[in-house]
Amino acid sequence: MTNVDDLQFGLETFGDILGDDNGGTLSGAASIRQIVKEGILADKLGIDVIGIGEHHRPDYSVSSPETVLAAIATATDKIKLATAVTVLSSDDPVRVYERFATLDALSNGRAQVMLGRGSFTESFPLFGYDLKNYDDLFEEKLDLYEQLRQEKPVTWSGNFRASLKDADVFPKTEHGLLDTYIGIGGSPESIIRTARYGYKVVLAIIGGQADRFAPYIKLYKQAAEKYNNPVLPITVHSHGFIADDENEAIEVAFKNIKANFDRIGQTRGWAPMSREQFDGETKTGSFYVGDPETVAKRIARTIKVLDLGRFDLVYGAGNQTAAQRERMIELYGSKVIPRVKEILAEEQA
Amino acid sequence: MTDIKRVGILGAGKVGIVLAELALKAGYEVRISGSGEIAKIAMTIDTLVPGAIAATNEVVVQNSDIVLLAMPLSRFKNNLATLLDGKLVIDAMNYWWETDGIREEVLDSTTSSSEQVQAYFKGATVVKTFNHMGYHNLQEDARPAGDAKRKALLVAGDDSAAVATVANFVDTMGFDTLIASNLAAGIMAEPGADMFGASVGKAVLQQLVDDFPESTLGKQISAQK
Repeated sequence: MTNVDDLQFGLETFGDILGDDNGGTLSGAASIRQIVKEGILADKLGIDVIGIGEHHRPDYSVSSPETVLAAIATATDKIKLATAVTVLSSDDPVRVYERFATLDALSNGRAQVMLGRGSFTESFPLFGYDLKNYDDLFEEKLDLYEQLRQEKPVTWSGNFRASLKDADVFPKTEHGLLDTYIGIGGSPESIIRTARYGYKVVLAIIGGQADRFAPYIKLYKQAAEKYNNPVLPITVHSHGFIADDENEAIEVAFKNIKANFDRIGQTRGWAPMSREQFDGETKTGSFYVGDPETVAKRIARTIKVLDLGRFDLVYGAGNQTAAQRERMIELYGSKVIPRVKEILAEEQA
Repeated sequence: MTDIKRVGILGAGKVGIVLAELALKAGYEVRISGSGEIAKIAMTIDTLVPGAIAATNEVVVQNSDIVLLAMPLSRFKNNLATLLDGKLVIDAMNYWWETDGIREEVLDSTTSSSEQVQAYFKGATVVKTFNHMGYHNLQEDARPAGDAKRKALLVAGDDSAAVATVANFVDTMGFDTLIASNLAAGIMAEPGADMFGASVGKAVLQQLVDDFPESTLGKQISAQK
């Protein structure tokens, strides 16, 4: 098991539109400024990572996460700056490298690239790609990204982008290699692909018991060995909400997470989330909701069962207010994380 | 009723692997195939469902008493229409954009997806089930017969003997069943229906069936007729 002192704890947000105190919503611009404030708060609290998602829809404010991360970079010292995720399938790997290398420069080496295929359709028509090529786009662009990541001139050709001949891409990073993760929803193929590239795995567990992913982590380890790549620490990303009072946490989370999941589920034909489903997810599933003690116990259990190196709590789902979000971050940094470490240290001793 | 000992699964993604796991637990001999070469899925199968045999589509079909379709819906026509001749087949597939692309390019909007699968595999007997429950519910919610918390699956098909065999098979996999006596009724379990995503007991499932004509999708369908 990962040594308690080496465990990493992150926060991730998709940039949901902020709610105001009267049940209304604030603008996308105000929501973006709030994330910068939260990133600075997280840094002060010693939280290890902040990750920001990329979306191209009215319910989310951030379409350009690296820009928001750049603002956080220049106002913080320690916190790592990640995307969650960068939709590589509909992006240009050259621009992805350039943007992250720039972020890495601004933050003195704190940039983390989290690549994914995306779980929304909007970016494909927006940037001129065909959804039919969902899988092939990712595979091809990952191949080019990996070559660019070596920071040497690249000669490359593929089906979805103009060829490159001895193309040298700038800026170079000071440490020579962008820290790269792949966000995975649980397909075995994605696990093996990540191991093949030698990237780190971020498992998005958004429903059901975390335990069921144990065999997938075993698969990652076996695949990494097969490809002679190092077995790297695993990250899990799951939704949650923390408040001082347990019942308040549950009610705020139910309202907001349900609104968020129902809206997204509707586009896929899923029936709305029932209270029974929600309660199941908070008790034994993948929503980490409650007062600091409840949430700490559940995170500690997941870290232990899956032998994780990092846990990222996804916050802000639905239209939570700035006060709710900031209090949640304070509790996560000052109470939950120390308590998780304490629980795990007791068990290791 | 056909005696089932050997289960074949076409599709080694999330759903195919969960179905393989349930079938192994129920004591069946399990073969599973993915798209492409066996080597591509061998490590996945050995690690996630040890005991299942990774094979080609043809080998899976030839050596199975029942065949479960768990491949992306957009790809069932990549197989020969005669592949499943004479076979009892469960269609567990749904339209899902990540794997299927744009819906209108994959499916005819006038019938249920399982009717289209049956129309293509003319020589097979197709029964629809396992499709309305999320794969992690299938994995976590399987329970022995008689358990008070047991969940139920809709089983829809035109051939009553085939439906009875499949219902019995679903029972051995850990779920109660609710029978719909024609394949077209499987539309009640498709994306967009209130049943889609439901992991509920038999009484609640029956209620969803009863309420279907008055549901959003139910009204849309009756308006089209």
